[in-house]
Amino acid sequence: MKSKKLKNKITTFLIVIAAYVIVEIFLLTGNVSSLLQGLLVPLCTYSLCAVGLNLCVGYLGELSLGHAGFMCIGAFTGAFFSVTTADIIQNDGVRFLLALIIGTGCAALFGFLIAIPVLRLNGDYLAIVTLAFGEIIKNVINVLYVGKDSNGWHVSINSQAELGLEPGGVTYINGAQGITGTPHSSNFTIGVILVLVALFVVYNLTDSRTGRAIMSIRDNQIAAESVGINVKKYKLLGFTVSTAIAGAAGVLYAHNLSTLTALPKNFGYNMSIMILVFVVLGGIGSFRGSVVAACILTLLPELLRGLSDYRMLIYAIVLIAMMLFNWAPDAIFFREQIMARIKKPKREV
Amino acid sequence: MKKRVISAVLAATMVCSLFAGCGGSGSKGGETADADTFRIGGIGPVTGAAAIYGSAVRNAEQIAVDEINAAGGINGYQVSLKFEDDEHDAEKSVNAYNSLKDWGMQILAGTVTTTPCIAVADKTSADGMFEITPSASSTDVIKNDNVFQVCFTDPNQGSASAKYISDKGLGSKIGIIYDSSDVYSSGIYAKFKEEAASLGLEIVSESAFTADSNTDFSVQLQDAKDAGADLMFLPFYYQQAAIVLKQAKDMGFAPAFFGVDGMDGILTLENFDTSLAEGVMLLTPFAADAADEKTQAFVKKYNEEYGETPNQFAADAYDAIYIIKAAAEAANVTPDMSVEEIGTALKGAMPSVSYDGLTGSGMKWEATGEVNKEPKGVVIENGVYVSID
Amino acid sequence: MSFIMYLINGISLGSVYAIIALGYTMVYGIAKMLNFAHGDVIMIGSYISFVTFSQMGLGPVPAVVISIVVCTALGMIIERVAYKPLRKAVSPLAVLITAIGVSYLLQNVALLVFGANPVSYVSMIAVPPLKLAGGELTITGITVITIVLCLVIMGVLMVFIKKTKAGQAMLAVSEDKDAAQLMGVNVNGTIALTFAIGSGLAAIAGILLCSAYPTLTPYTGAMPGIKAFTAAVFGGIGSIPGALVGGILLGVIEILGRAYISSQLSDAIVFAVLIIVLLVKPTGILGKPIFEKV
Repeated sequence: MKSKKLKNKITTFLIVIAAYVIVEIFLLTGNVSSLLQGLLVPLCTYSLCAVGLNLCVGYLGELSLGHAGFMCIGAFTGAFFSVTTADIIQNDGVRFLLALIIGTGCAALFGFLIAIPVLRLNGDYLAIVTLAFGEIIKNVINVLYVGKDSNGWHVSINSQAELGLEPGGVTYINGAQGITGTPHSSNFTIGVILVLVALFVVYNLTDSRTGRAIMSIRDNQIAAESVGINVKKYKLLGFTVSTAIAGAAGVLYAHNLSTLTALPKNFGYNMSIMILVFVVLGGIGSFRGSVVAACILTLLPELLRGLSDYRMLIYAIVLIAMMLFNWAPDAIFFREQIMARIKKPKREV
Repeated sequence: MKKRVISAVLAATMVCSLFAGCGGSGSKGGETADADTFRIGGIGPVTGAAAIYGSAVRNAEQIAVDEINAAGGINGYQVSLKFEDDEHDAEKSVNAYNSLKDWGMQILAGTVTTTPCIAVADKTSADGMFEITPSASSTDVIKNDNVFQVCFTDPNQGSASAKYISDKGLGSKIGIIYDSSDVYSSGIYAKFKEEAASLGLEIVSESAFTADSNTDFSVQLQDAKDAGADLMFLPFYYQQAAIVLKQAKDMGFAPAFFGVDGMDGILTLENFDTSLAEGVMLLTPFAADAADEKTQAFVKKYNEEYGETPNQFAADAYDAIYIIKAAAEAANVTPDMSVEEIGTALKGAMPSVSYDGLTGSGMKWEATGEVNKEPKGVVIENGVYVSID
Repeated sequence: MSFIMYLINGISLGSVYAIIALGYTMVYGIAKMLNFAHGDVIMIGSYISFVTFSQMGLGPVPAVVISIVVCTALGMIIERVAYKPLRKAVSPLAVLITAIGVSYLLQNVALLVFGANPVSYVSMIAVPPLKLAGGELTITGITVITIVLCLVIMGVLMVFIKKTKAGQAMLAVSEDKDAAQLMGVNVNGTIALTFAIGSGLAAIAGILLCSAYPTLTPYTGAMPGIKAFTAAVFGGIGSIPGALVGGILLGVIEILGRAYISSQLSDAIVFAVLIIVLLVKPTGILGKPIFEKV
């Protein structure tokens, strides 16, 4: 049993590393399309998010529809740090590392604070509350104005004019316009390293005493409580790690684009749901599946560009078909029958 | 076992997609060698909530390119156009840009909306590609010297509106409603407020709405009504303006209404009761029912091809393609030049170009990328635009 | 005076939320799933009534009837094709994700069929506005109709569930699917019926929504859908009076929050109130408490 888990873990790492090496080789030989080059960092971002959410959904057993909100916090705090310190810290790598720590830390902090009251709820009620938190975060960031002049920092939640900046003052967060000019510090290597680190963290967490405690809560909370497991503590821990990973994804996202805004499209509930789609399609509880599903579903609409107007329509149909194929009991039965038929002749040989 | 099979299938799909990507890059080499057509790319939202703007731009750019090709092309070379969807999302927009690069795009006529445009402008600047945006109006868009605008910048519209209202004495107590989640609207609002203060206009009510709550304006209108506003400044798009006008009428509130170029299109909104818009004033560079021959020909053609009346975005996009043509002719570029060579040449030629288009006559550009043109003030009377001046 | 005006507007908005929330709440109560595509069925219903009333020139009654019939059929087809195969899936999340897929599908079909341009929806309900307090207060006809209709629908539904056999079957299935089956209730038929009623209500909600806020795009249903879902949870999901209470409270809080706190933060206020309510009463205002069995 133990060795099978280990094998599973190692396979996942090997797949990610192999994918990285293959892509790097193609990059070196100049054989990768610009489209794919541009997609490398987003692929890492969404894989990270999916891994983070899978920890929450698959192991903690709690449905969160607000992970885009935590990603948003990571993105904005990380980008804010980078933009404000662009002059002070010259070294790109150091600045990104600090931004990463800050972004991840802030997302984790918010995750922790939110989890304290909210994890008392369960099931769909928890889902709707996390969705609500995500929307609140997006809404508040959209009306947040932060600037700095010789008098120090100014903050407003109304309009840029209310900051009352002196001439020469700089507005760093400009309400709906968000943050512009974040340095491009993300790259594919950093992205892959982050994915590997996240995988390492979640595998170790789930395959430890703590992880077993968390899973016991998922499977039967009352039983877990009765054998003396501190339910609250483990739930908090799981949720906080999950949001921290989402925050790291946000930092990666923010440093890949020169403009960062909190639109419904990128940080609204739609994105939270999209991440959930990655998790469910890749297999609840399977981190490898999350990474693969995140990559495929991010690539799919891009590869369908040739279909122009029908692109998103086909995407929706493929999504429904994949869900039915992967999850419907009848489809699973049908698939197993086919598999059995294919396997039989092989055995005879 | 089952799980393993699934992941194997998924992994295989991944590898296939990788190769598909490579396939794209392989054909790219072949396509750039194709030296007798200009490849112009366009990016904008054609799906998602902002789809209306992107599809207008796509349609109008196609019309302009077809016209140019029929008339012999640019510098004797034919033009091909490819338009990619960005869903009004910065990340998707960069993907669209990269996908167009794989196709062999040499000039970018996009992107349509501001936030994605800022992200893409960063990429075009790194690649040295010439970019002209029909409608991304924030000043952040033209930070790089390779990007030019067809539309006014937001601050420009804000101050022009305030001056216009003050000069003509259109109102003394001004109420403002704006979309704080929209860069365009909040940009105009900020400048308008600043300019109004220096001109001594009194603003009695100002309230915002957001993209998530843009269907009900009863609160904002009630506030303005209570404050006794006699002119409402509405710096946002006509879909929302249509609701504002209806709700104001329903509650018996009848101030003067003043809009900006986003208001254009309100008369062509399918099924809209145009009597609601009676007396609405707006500053717009383009009016679909203007009498000049150029506008009429364009509107007719657009109607024939796509069955609807073009809005301001379409007009800006149509102009953008012709501006590329004008600059390309001034700089005498040919399709066999590299992207960077074309970029440098067009960039150098832009300040010397003067162009008469649908959205202004004698348009000129600063080297910064900002356009100089005069906004026209129009008022809606009996369901048509009439010049105020 | 303004306060009363805000309150009336809030109740009107809330009534629309309440009708939409009914669809969520009934489906949740019986199939235990969040039907994310419900908001998009509303949008389809609005387009159908727009096409039949404004473009084909049919009268208001046939337009409403056609729209209800189409939505009902659509709801049943979606249930049969996309949700039913997943009813016994290992994870309840599977059907949630499929619902999201259906939502994308409906939006994109509408985008292809009706185009991205918004259309201006002309209200088919011509009721003169009520003027009160010497013209100080104007209540539009549509507001009156919405509020009245909302109450009527609630009443009819309550009677339907209490007094008819099909209604009792619904109640039984929502309590315990397996036990209901053993007692001879046609579970599949009951779930299909629930989807049919929910989707038919969506058509009515769409018509009312667009009559009050008259622009219609393929994305019109998404945000009201999410807010109505919030309203359903607010009032206690699975409870019909809860949908009414939740919807109206949500509408009033949204409008008052916009008026007196901040017009930009109205959504944040709505969601914050929701969170507070759920923390105090974890199953919503009128929700039944959940008892955990050991």
